[in-house]
Amino acid sequence: MPRIEIQKTYKIFINGQFPRTESGRYYPLKNKKGDVIANICLSSRKDFRNAVVAARGAFGGWSGRAAFNRSQILYRIAEMMEGRKEQFIAELVAQNTPVKAAKHEVEEAIDTMVYYAGWCDKYQALFSSVNPVASSHYNFSVPEPTGVVAIIASEYLSLIGLVSAIAPVIAGGNTCVVLASESMPLCAVTFAEVLNTSDLSAGVVNILTGKSEELHTHFSTHLDVNAILYCRNNKSEIKTIKENASLNVKRVFVYENDLKLIKAQGPYFIFDFQEIKTTWHPIENIGSSKGGY
Amino acid sequence: MSAPIILPDFRNTPTIDQVGVEERAARFTTRSIKKSSKLQGLSMALNMIDLTTLEGKDTEGKVKQMCYKAAHLHDVIPGLPTVAAVCVYPSMVKIAKDALKGTNVKVASVATAFPSGQSSHEVKITDTKFAVANGADEIDMVISRGEFLSGNYNFVFDEIASIKEACGKARLKVIFETGELSTLDNVRRASEIAMYAGADFIKTSTGKISPAATMPVTLVMLEAIRDYYYKTGRMVGMKPAGGISTAKSALHYLVMLRETLGGAWLSNEWFRFGASSLANDVLMQIAKETTGVYQSIDYFSKD
Repeated sequence: MPRIEIQKTYKIFINGQFPRTESGRYYPLKNKKGDVIANICLSSRKDFRNAVVAARGAFGGWSGRAAFNRSQILYRIAEMMEGRKEQFIAELVAQNTPVKAAKHEVEEAIDTMVYYAGWCDKYQALFSSVNPVASSHYNFSVPEPTGVVAIIASEYLSLIGLVSAIAPVIAGGNTCVVLASESMPLCAVTFAEVLNTSDLSAGVVNILTGKSEELHTHFSTHLDVNAILYCRNNKSEIKTIKENASLNVKRVFVYENDLKLIKAQGPYFIFDFQEIKTTWHPIENIGSSKGGY
Repeated sequence: MSAPIILPDFRNTPTIDQVGVEERAARFTTRSIKKSSKLQGLSMALNMIDLTTLEGKDTEGKVKQMCYKAAHLHDVIPGLPTVAAVCVYPSMVKIAKDALKGTNVKVASVATAFPSGQSSHEVKITDTKFAVANGADEIDMVISRGEFLSGNYNFVFDEIASIKEACGKARLKVIFETGELSTLDNVRRASEIAMYAGADFIKTSTGKISPAATMPVTLVMLEAIRDYYYKTGRMVGMKPAGGISTAKSALHYLVMLRETLGGAWLSNEWFRFGASSLANDVLMQIAKETTGVYQSIDYFSKD
């Protein structure tokens, strides 16, 4: 008797768990031949709301970790991705990426994760400064994570688009809610499984699948979201997002072109989701008196 | 002529089917409450809150701050109710009373060597009288769980009755600390003792022990109130306290209240939530319903 193949149910990833969408809706994903290869959750605004609650809850713990420890965890993610390489490639191929390009994309994605793992405990030194001031203060500025970041990931780069958007955000100590590509969502769900086995605390990354046209309004209006990263090029969505973001002065970044390139790496992607805190620390008047030092 | 004294008769007390109670309680969480009825439910829940601070580190400033919040929950949204009461330690009653002058918010005080209740009878009476003398409208007493668990039901009954006497005009809420009573049968029995001894409210927990209020425990107490009402015609209030921190669960409790005791109990005269963080979550949901936008805790006052 021929064996019946067990198909994987692709679900969403919220707070370290894999629920189905609360709305019960889904959409069929088809390959080139028109065969249905998976049913994908069509996430609703309530899923997004739950994900933001999870991300907010995880923020204190994640941003409070030692930078070096974050680095270790990101590196661990890369290790786990390496183990799933064949699966990622197979999924990309199922989504109509040519085999050679798929292999290249997966390897670049893993390398990107390692790249940002390295930056976790180094960007602070790069972006900090000790500032000269006229009064007797020791004045210094340091970057601190912005908070909860909503990400609408690239539509055309199933894996590398996702990784290059998420990695710098979490490397900088933020937590995030990500909407994966609508037409190429398979790698996103598998990537969630990778995250779930990588010592990453629950809620740091939450991944939804579904339509940007339905969700971008909620992504941009939610008052508990501190920044939004948009990696597509729909002009009217960009306009709506920018307008809605003014509600609570969210930071808005549109990487319309940047992440189209497979090699989009750099510490400035981390810096986008950092706030600079400047501290004035009173000291004795060093110049004119004998200091107590 | 005084009313005839009725005593509880445990032979008539039903035993509690724990599985059945849990299943029944779970069903209340499946009601769909949307839009205007949700808004009304949330507003009612807000009006039933006993805003509570019961910590060793409470200061005059903290209590005053909380009292201000009790009367001005979120002035950005017009037409919001106040909470029902603030709940503080006896030493803070006077401060709270002064801070709430001119509002409808009542002052409740815990008493009787809260939260353990491990002290002498005299101390408990003095504690209660001190709170009442300082202006407490309501007294939240704890029962002696040790005596209850060792079967000294008479002791527990008499203690409640004498505290009730010491309360004078203040309404008496009796806290069982259900997390320490171990079975639902004990909860039911404690409910009967308290009601027959004169409690105006029965209350689940101090908030210091986990588990605090749960839906099954509250259901058992609500059913005890119902049976007592049928027997004596006297209404007794219910106060789940501790562990209820989301608007959604508050609505579940209101559904349970309505479906167990009926509409007559749906006011803060007969039902309260003992909570400190619930108010902000309810406010966030109300703001979400009125503005259409999900809210952030950053825009609501902490205390």
